[in-house]
Order: sequence, then structure tokens, then C-alpha cells
Amino acid sequence: MRWKYVVPLVVFLGLVVLFAVGFRLNPREIPSPLIGKTAPHFTLPRFAEPAVTVTPAAWAGKPYLLNVWATWCVSCRQEHPMLMRLKQEGVRIIGFNYKEIRGDAGLDARKLSPEAEAQLAWQRIGAWLKTGGDPYADLVVDLTGRAAIDYGVYGTPETFFIDAKGVIRYKHIGPITPEVWQDQLRAKWLALQEGS
Amino acid sequence: MRRCVQSLLAVLRRYAAGRLRVDATLGWLLIAIAFSAVAPSWAAAPAAEQRAQPLHDPELERRALALGHRLRCVVCQNQSIAESNAELAHDLMNQVRAMLQAGKSEQEIVDFLVARYGEFVLFEPPFDARTLLLWVGPFALAALGLFGLWSGLRRRQQQSGVGATLDEAAKAQADALLAGDSPSKTETRVAKESS
Repeated sequence: MRWKYVVPLVVFLGLVVLFAVGFRLNPREIPSPLIGKTAPHFTLPRFAEPAVTVTPAAWAGKPYLLNVWATWCVSCRQEHPMLMRLKQEGVRIIGFNYKEIRGDAGLDARKLSPEAEAQLAWQRIGAWLKTGGDPYADLVVDLTGRAAIDYGVYGTPETFFIDAKGVIRYKHIGPITPEVWQDQLRAKWLALQEGS
Repeated sequence: MRRCVQSLLAVLRRYAAGRLRVDATLGWLLIAIAFSAVAPSWAAAPAAEQRAQPLHDPELERRALALGHRLRCVVCQNQSIAESNAELAHDLMNQVRAMLQAGKSEQEIVDFLVARYGEFVLFEPPFDARTLLLWVGPFALAALGLFGLWSGLRRRQQQSGVGATLDEAAKAQADALLAGDSPSKTETRVAKESS
């Protein structure tokens, strides 16, 4: 007869555990199906040499972080000093500029010709890297956002941890803060180094 | 629609001026109705139609939208990519259109998006070992609850013995009641029994 009184308590405790876990999860953090897969291919112009296109093969051989960002992205601006610090610490960061003009809600890209769009994008990126510093070992520009779809990018900033063989090992959603780096990401970066 | 809002506003103005006497509940109700009537016109953003690039072929466009309604927008999460106003939803919708135009099947397009964004984009997750609990869980819980209810009711019925032991006297009383016997008589009898 006594179990009758225990059942509601067990159910209640079960719900407490379920809610305690469930409400702490961030519904915006969607696990990427690309973990463990080779970084998708793309051909994008290089910021330093707009006439030259690069593919991810250009960075193979050593692990790197692929940092998806844009100048209109507020969190990316907040993240920027941290990227500068990481560069100082020897972390190889490849920049992936995402929809510099089309993603900016304050601009109407449809009024621009492709040439004007590219020109404005290069101008804005250049100005930002001049003021905030350039943490990127290399930087590509995806004006349309098509290549970003292949990476499952759904917001900025996003950072992919890619090993020496070009395999995506981890994806961080949101800005890299000193705390997040210390608590989670540094270990993941070091693991990439050991794997190579 | 506009006339409706205007007449509501007129009522509210009279109410505010003290010329219309309504109790507080009715007043709040009117305010709520007024706001609910206005709200959709605030929410509707014209940007959606501008950024979408519908296909010229109406049949293909219909297929694109039908598919878009089955795919979740990863930015807003509770809207489909066909409904959402998010930048990415438009990009993905246009991607769906381009792929349909290129002769890709619906399944190929779904696979394309799942490979990039995960099964999260599917409003209807596949039925497999991992999602078994999700699909079967609610029905299993409902069955469990119904079984609990049924067994509980049965036990209670057995304990109280209702219907099982209706002796002749009680049956006669019930027949008398049903036949329309004078209520005063039955009342006194009930009172007598309960005392």
C-alpha cells in the first residue's frame, strides 16, 4: 500500500530533473550534423586578393578555426578582441565573412550592382579590420551566403574547429568569450593540435 | 476591418470621456478586442514578398511553398521557412526553388537541408529508434492513464458495491420513485433510513 504514496513523489522528482536539464539547454544551439565530416568545399574570393579564389584545401595540413562573422553583427564585434588575443596565443583563425551587405538590415542590397556590392563590402571589412585589428590568418568573403548554407550557418558568429585533415571536429555557436574559451573551447583546440 | 477598429476606438473614446458607463471588465474586454484587431496589421511585414523570388512556373512555385511549409526555419524555430521573415529563411526558400527548378526531387532537397542543418529542420521527424519515445510516448502515456482510470474505477465500484447489492426493498423504492410516487412519502422514508 505504501508504494501508492511514493509514485507521485517519484513522478514529481522525475519532472524536476527533466525541467532542470531541459530549461538549461539553449534551444538556439542546434547540433551540427557536420561534426566528424570533411569541411564542405567552397570557392570564395580572398579578402587580401579579391581576384584570387580559395578553397578549404588552401588551409589543410594544420588545424584552424573557421570564424563566421560580419561587420553588422554586434556579437562578432564583441568577440573581436578575444580573437585578437587568440591570434597572439598562436591560434590559427580563418575568417569567413558572411553576407556583409545582404545580411545588413540597414542596407538594401537590391539597389546595388554586384560590383558595387563587392566594393562596399571590401570597404567595410577593411575599415573594421583597421580599427579593431586583423586576427585572421586568411579571410574569405561570401557575399551571397550560399557557401555558408553548406556549413549549416544560421547565425553569426559561429566558429568551426577544423583539424589538420580538414575534418570539422566541433562547432561553437555565438561569440567566443574568455570564459567560454577557458572552460570549453581551449581544450578542444588543444585536442586538434594533438591530433595533427 | 478599419471601420471595425474605428468604431471600437470611438467607443473607447466615449468611455474615456466618461460619457459611456461600462464596468471595468467590459472596458478591458473592449481594449483587448481593439488591440487584437490591430495587432495583425502591425505584425504583417511587407518585406517578405519583396525578398522572395517566386518562380514563374506556378506549379513549381506551389511545390516549393508546399515543401517550404514542411521545413523549419532554424533562426525563428517555430515557423517554417515558407512563412518566416528571417534572412536565412528567404535564402533557404530560394535555394529550394533553385533546386526544384534544377529538377531535384522533394526528397533530394530535404536530404540536402538535413545534411547541413540536421533533422531539426524537419517539422515531422523520421520514425526510428531514437525518435521512438517521441512518437509512441504520448500514446503510451495516454494508454497508461486510461488503464489507471479504468482499474481505479473498477476497484472503487467493487469496494462500494454499487449495483451489486440492490435488495428487494430498495428495488421497490426505486420503482416507486420512477413510477412517480408522491415525493413526500419517499422523503420521509429516506429521512427515516438515514437517521
